[in-house]
Amino acid sequence: MNNFKIILNGIIKENPTFVLLLGMCPTLGTTSSAINGMSMGLATMFVLILSNFIISCIKNLIPDMVRIPSYIVVIASLVTILQMVMQAYVPDIYATLGLFIPLIVVNCIILGRAEAFAAKNNPIASICDGIGIGIGFTLALTLLGAVREFLGTGAVFGFTLQGETYGMLLFVLAPGAFIALGYLIAIVNKLRKA
Amino acid sequence: MVVVLTLITIVAGAALAAVNYATSAQIEKIKAENLAKGIKQVMGVDQSADFKYTTEEAGDYTLYQSDLGTAIQSTTNGFGGALKVLVGFDKEGTVLGYTILEHAETPGLGAKASEWFQKGQKGDITGKNPGQANFTVSKDGGDIDAITASTITSRAFLLAVQNAYDELKKQQGTDGTTAATEKGGTDNE
Repeated sequence: MNNFKIILNGIIKENPTFVLLLGMCPTLGTTSSAINGMSMGLATMFVLILSNFIISCIKNLIPDMVRIPSYIVVIASLVTILQMVMQAYVPDIYATLGLFIPLIVVNCIILGRAEAFAAKNNPIASICDGIGIGIGFTLALTLLGAVREFLGTGAVFGFTLQGETYGMLLFVLAPGAFIALGYLIAIVNKLRKA
Repeated sequence: MVVVLTLITIVAGAALAAVNYATSAQIEKIKAENLAKGIKQVMGVDQSADFKYTTEEAGDYTLYQSDLGTAIQSTTNGFGGALKVLVGFDKEGTVLGYTILEHAETPGLGAKASEWFQKGQKGDITGKNPGQANFTVSKDGGDIDAITASTITSRAFLLAVQNAYDELKKQQGTDGTTAATEKGGTDNE
């Protein structure tokens, strides 16, 4: 499998949100607007690429028995670094995502890819997998965020497309996340089969 | 096994220390800048103006005293978590302005609090004095219009302002004379 195929695999065939149904907590929690979804996706992608790369590099040094603790140390360190960097240089995005950044540590996509892909493949392929899955996750979150923001407030990325009076507030709230996600998964599955 | 795990944690710890060292100055700078900006905004001072204030910690509140009055940082529980507001009062306790420093309210609903209560908006609180006006939502018999469909956030916000006002009065009370006259004033209302 060449590297390009690995990237494509992450975006379409093994899309973490629509196909693997991994990382539902940040998916449902942060997608109240398109920009929030996209920032969360990009933050996760950053951690995913680096964790895949590092774990793939050190996979032969780690004894099997302490595999998971080692991965978690690597992932947690990367997330903390990301948190400090975001706080210092993009404070506005940090303010909106604040609570969800530390939760990237326990995002099962990252540990899942470390275990399922990075631990078995070379560093370059692992980076490609990180990019692919990361883009797939970012696209899914942006799409879900855009749908919810549009239905809920009539705007996408903060640009008003229709009057706010037509907004269905339900979609910005928690139940709207489940409804919108359910329909998006159904549509994506239909398209994949076709 | 133990050696490897120890090595990994040492390397990770060192990396974190390095990043912390590199970013902590910047983070502090941004926090201080935001605070200074917020204080100027709530006191109605031009952003470019040079504005002096002294900081005072009092329990859950932080008071920023200046010639124009006092800006107070106050925290309550909103709909989605802590709601931290900065309210500017003049010497009599009239609200000059406010800004929301931290919130976890619902976007499109409670998050509107950052505009709703500003000057000229529907729930305008500027120019009102919590000692005279009733700082609760109209549903509870108060004088302020709540954000549409966000009564909990509105209540939390107004409570934060009221608490800040009470703290201001308490601080002035410990200063002596001013408080006595203020108290008399409000009782006569």
